Amino acid sequence: MTNPALHSSAWLIWPVAAPLTGALLTFLFKDHSRRLGLFFAALSSGLGTALAWQILGHGPAHYALGGWQPPLGIALRADGPAALMVMMTAITGLAVSIYSGGYFQSRRRNSKHHALHSAQEHAFWSLWLLLWAALNGLFLSNDIFNIYVSLELVTLSSVGLTALSGKPPSLVAAMRYLLVSLLGSLSFLLGVGFFYKAYGTLALTAIINSLSLSPPTSMALALISIGLLLKSALFPFHFWLPPAHANALTPVSAILSGLVIKGSWYLFYRFWHVELIFTAVGLVPAILGGAAIIWGAWQAFAQQRLKMLVAYSTVAQIGYLFVAFPLLAETSGQGHGALFYFAISHSCAKGAMFLAAGTFFLQMGHDRIRDLAGVRQLLPVSSFAFGLAALTIMGLPPSGGFIAKYLYINTAINQGLWWLALLILLGSGLSAAYIFRAVSAILSPQLLRIRPALVVSASMQWSALTLALISLLLGIIAPLPLALLEVS
Amino acid sequence: MIWQNWLLIMILLSSLVPGLIIFTLAESNRAWRTTLNLLGATMKMVLVLVMIIGISQGHSFAAHLSLLPGLELVLRADPLSALFVALSTLLWLFTTIYAVAYLEDAPNRSHFFGYFSICVSVTIGIALAGNLLTFLFFFEMLTLTTYPLVIHRGTAEAMAAGRLYLLYSLSGGLLLFVGVVWLHVLAGQIDFSRPGLLVPLLVQHRQSLILIFFLLMAGVGVKAALVPLHGWLPRAMVAPAPVSALLHAVAVVKAGAFGIMRIVLDVYGLPLSRELGLLMPLTLAATLTIIYGSLLAIRQDNLKRRLAYSTVSQVSYIALGISIGNPLAIMGGMVHLVHQGIMKITLFFCAGNIAETLGLHNISRMNGVGRRLPLTMAAFTLAAMGMIGLPPMAGFVSKWYLGLGAIEQPGHGWLLVVLVLSSLLNAAYFLPIIYGAWFRKQEEAWPEDSGRKGNWECHWMLVVPPLITAVVSLLVGLLANSNLSPLAWVRFIVSTRYGP
Amino acid sequence: MTMLSPSLIYGLTGLLLFVMGLAGLLGCAELLRKILATNIMASGIFLFLITIAHGSGTLIDPVPQAMVLTGIVVSVSSTAVALALACHVQEAARRHDLLQKKRGTVRR
Repeated sequence: MTNPALHSSAWLIWPVAAPLTGALLTFLFKDHSRRLGLFFAALSSGLGTALAWQILGHGPAHYALGGWQPPLGIALRADGPAALMVMMTAITGLAVSIYSGGYFQSRRRNSKHHALHSAQEHAFWSLWLLLWAALNGLFLSNDIFNIYVSLELVTLSSVGLTALSGKPPSLVAAMRYLLVSLLGSLSFLLGVGFFYKAYGTLALTAIINSLSLSPPTSMALALISIGLLLKSALFPFHFWLPPAHANALTPVSAILSGLVIKGSWYLFYRFWHVELIFTAVGLVPAILGGAAIIWGAWQAFAQQRLKMLVAYSTVAQIGYLFVAFPLLAETSGQGHGALFYFAISHSCAKGAMFLAAGTFFLQMGHDRIRDLAGVRQLLPVSSFAFGLAALTIMGLPPSGGFIAKYLYINTAINQGLWWLALLILLGSGLSAAYIFRAVSAILSPQLLRIRPALVVSASMQWSALTLALISLLLGIIAPLPLALLEVS
Repeated sequence: MIWQNWLLIMILLSSLVPGLIIFTLAESNRAWRTTLNLLGATMKMVLVLVMIIGISQGHSFAAHLSLLPGLELVLRADPLSALFVALSTLLWLFTTIYAVAYLEDAPNRSHFFGYFSICVSVTIGIALAGNLLTFLFFFEMLTLTTYPLVIHRGTAEAMAAGRLYLLYSLSGGLLLFVGVVWLHVLAGQIDFSRPGLLVPLLVQHRQSLILIFFLLMAGVGVKAALVPLHGWLPRAMVAPAPVSALLHAVAVVKAGAFGIMRIVLDVYGLPLSRELGLLMPLTLAATLTIIYGSLLAIRQDNLKRRLAYSTVSQVSYIALGISIGNPLAIMGGMVHLVHQGIMKITLFFCAGNIAETLGLHNISRMNGVGRRLPLTMAAFTLAAMGMIGLPPMAGFVSKWYLGLGAIEQPGHGWLLVVLVLSSLLNAAYFLPIIYGAWFRKQEEAWPEDSGRKGNWECHWMLVVPPLITAVVSLLVGLLANSNLSPLAWVRFIVSTRYGP
Repeated sequence: MTMLSPSLIYGLTGLLLFVMGLAGLLGCAELLRKILATNIMASGIFLFLITIAHGSGTLIDPVPQAMVLTGIVVSVSSTAVALALACHVQEAARRHDLLQKKRGTVRR
């Protein structure tokens, strides 16, 4: 696509400013946190969508915060990939927010610990909106030090969210998550130092455009990559993810799996999409990704708890996000399309899966896969949502996952990378196997012997379904997101 | 014209929308469910009729949706798709009527009818697919929408059958997927209306083309139950009778057979298939399946299981006709798509009646059943005669054209022996049932008897559909030479598209 | 062989601190030590950044200094979060132990 002139646009601030304001206000006004939270979630979602629309129509944009130009000021920059990520956050984020509204209400209604649940909800809204602002900041920043700060904000707020349930397993998981993430951020920061020493600038685009692999820059890139891989939980750095994602409160699991992982992956892409790098060491993330696909699927298959299964499925799917890096060498841009399409479909589908799994947990009081049979009669909508989201994870039509799988295999065959095509097919077969274990229990026509009262609110079930439907919709509107991606 | 673009989408929606609404209905809301189902089925009949008349008058119908740059989902009605659409629509109507009575007191009916309607929509999608990608799209969807129907009873046996079905179908789907993507890489989008697209690749990519053909065939062969990919079909007969009817006659197996037709005739084209030497392996696979299926059918005592193996055998006539590859044989194979569907659905309806009314599943205990269920057994007898291929029944017409084609094709004369042998085997597994039912005395009391309903031997909605389909199967044979028979339509297809 | 310039000494010391902190983070079992180790890593990086500010010439580059100032703020807050979380973890572990002792099922 031709490159329209980079224009300055104040639209770039709002996807960061709106959730940040929301985070402060929900923290200050305890009694209104849900209403304020929902309002700011809707606002942030709208502004994120508006930005994506703006970028699609007018091409890439930049903005110098407060009128201060780089190097001292902080520059924001939005091109196609960034706008797509902001858009993804807007959609998944809004669905999770609506779900959360019902989630905390239901929990409070069905428990004696009112104060505990109120405190949890209050903390949830401010941390979640803070996380939203940080993620958008990370996607839109063009200043690698500012990216470090955003990364750290993402870490701190998601660790807070992970620990929110207060149960010992989630506290331990949060602690481990925090330490791993801190290690990742510090490694990233040292890399930033090396880059600044080599190039004398913090502007991401300038660094990437003039990248050459001298010893200091290789060092910088290695440090940054290891830091980001730790945070993205790519095999073998995945050990912290399943306990953290599976033991958190449901909306938090959806946020962590659907969005937070994509943040560090996106940065990795930003640093790695230069031809120079993937011709040199492009196979490394691909091999690790391949191992993640196999190992994650294998572990998911062995799990007895639904949320653990979904979490290990995330480990496998992170593999797909990295395995395709050798495909980026192709000039047609199909490799980029495959990668990003996978990311956005996975975000919606995995979000929907966790949200649905949460309704099962809340309703049945457990998430043992074997004993979930019959849940379909109690929660038809979220069972259906789980089934639809499974389509994307398995890569079957009509779903965004199918489009992504098509692009992956097509590009791989086109470049003669048969091992990659086989690996992806193998992974898709394995994912069908583990997903089937869960789906066959959930959709089982067995009748429940006792029918407990319904504790899950309609808004929870329907937000899960909406997200699942969006992951299907992505299967037939592919030209639109791909057009947005092309803007650069 | 606008209506021509919307017609195909309306045909899809006429079963999809009722299906989706039915999901939301309460279990007890029988009246609405039935009304919606019948309304959808009738509407679809009318729309399909409009489409067929339009096609025969030379109108063209198509709808496009851009899926990716350079890739489209295309619905297009050509005469071949009209054949399959008409079959599915007609049989869906009868199956719906039958299922309403069959599942009268069963649990989870909303689910059942919802998935049933969606299944039919997806089948229509397969029939109307205008390119290979669209075909793949709906073909994979069919697996997932039929799965809930296979496990509908929720017993351990049903769950195991469902698991096996998914294992076979999803693996097949994966192979098909690779084949399609590979073909796209080599040749771009594969449109069914532009045969010969692959011919330029012959020199450079000969090996790839052969390999891709086998990938595609393995994919569709699972659904068409070609030996050795047939293992799931006999196990899946644990599903309720209307589902078996759907699997065997309306949707799944037919979709596989239809896929074989599309791939050989419209993707590769007969000249290229012959040039690459792909037809002979297909002939051999079909022959093997025909004989093997019949041999196994004889050994089954469970009626539905015997019918299932009979399907394995009979559906391969379609593949056989295509693989012989001259107009007469293609006509025989194509018309068998319709004939086998009508006959086999009758047989499954009857088997369902016997099981539902008298609790009988095994053939060895069915002696004298003709006295208790005369109408059902009359329908069964008619359809079985057709299956054996007695003139002037439907099955005879198919086999006649297959035989003519085999004689005409050099080096294929031996297939005549196969056809005769297969007919003998068909007789060997159908005639004992008929003989026992009519001419043997009842030896023991029926395991259960739900009693007569008014003047009918069981619920009238269980008796009328098989009677109608049995009579239709007789008529399509008797009137094969009239202008309105499936044979006439098939002749039209072959003369316009695949003629000499 | 040239003499080691001050900036080189500072830079190498910073990297050494980073590596020492890393060893502590990976090697120590106790939470508090791990948290302190991340602090040492951060200090190493700050020293390294300051060296960059000084190293490029007679003029002192303000950008790395701004980075260090911001970095210290970030480091303080993440340490605070880590310490608070560590307190909760230990509290939870203590409660867990008590509960097990009460049931008499504690196993060492």
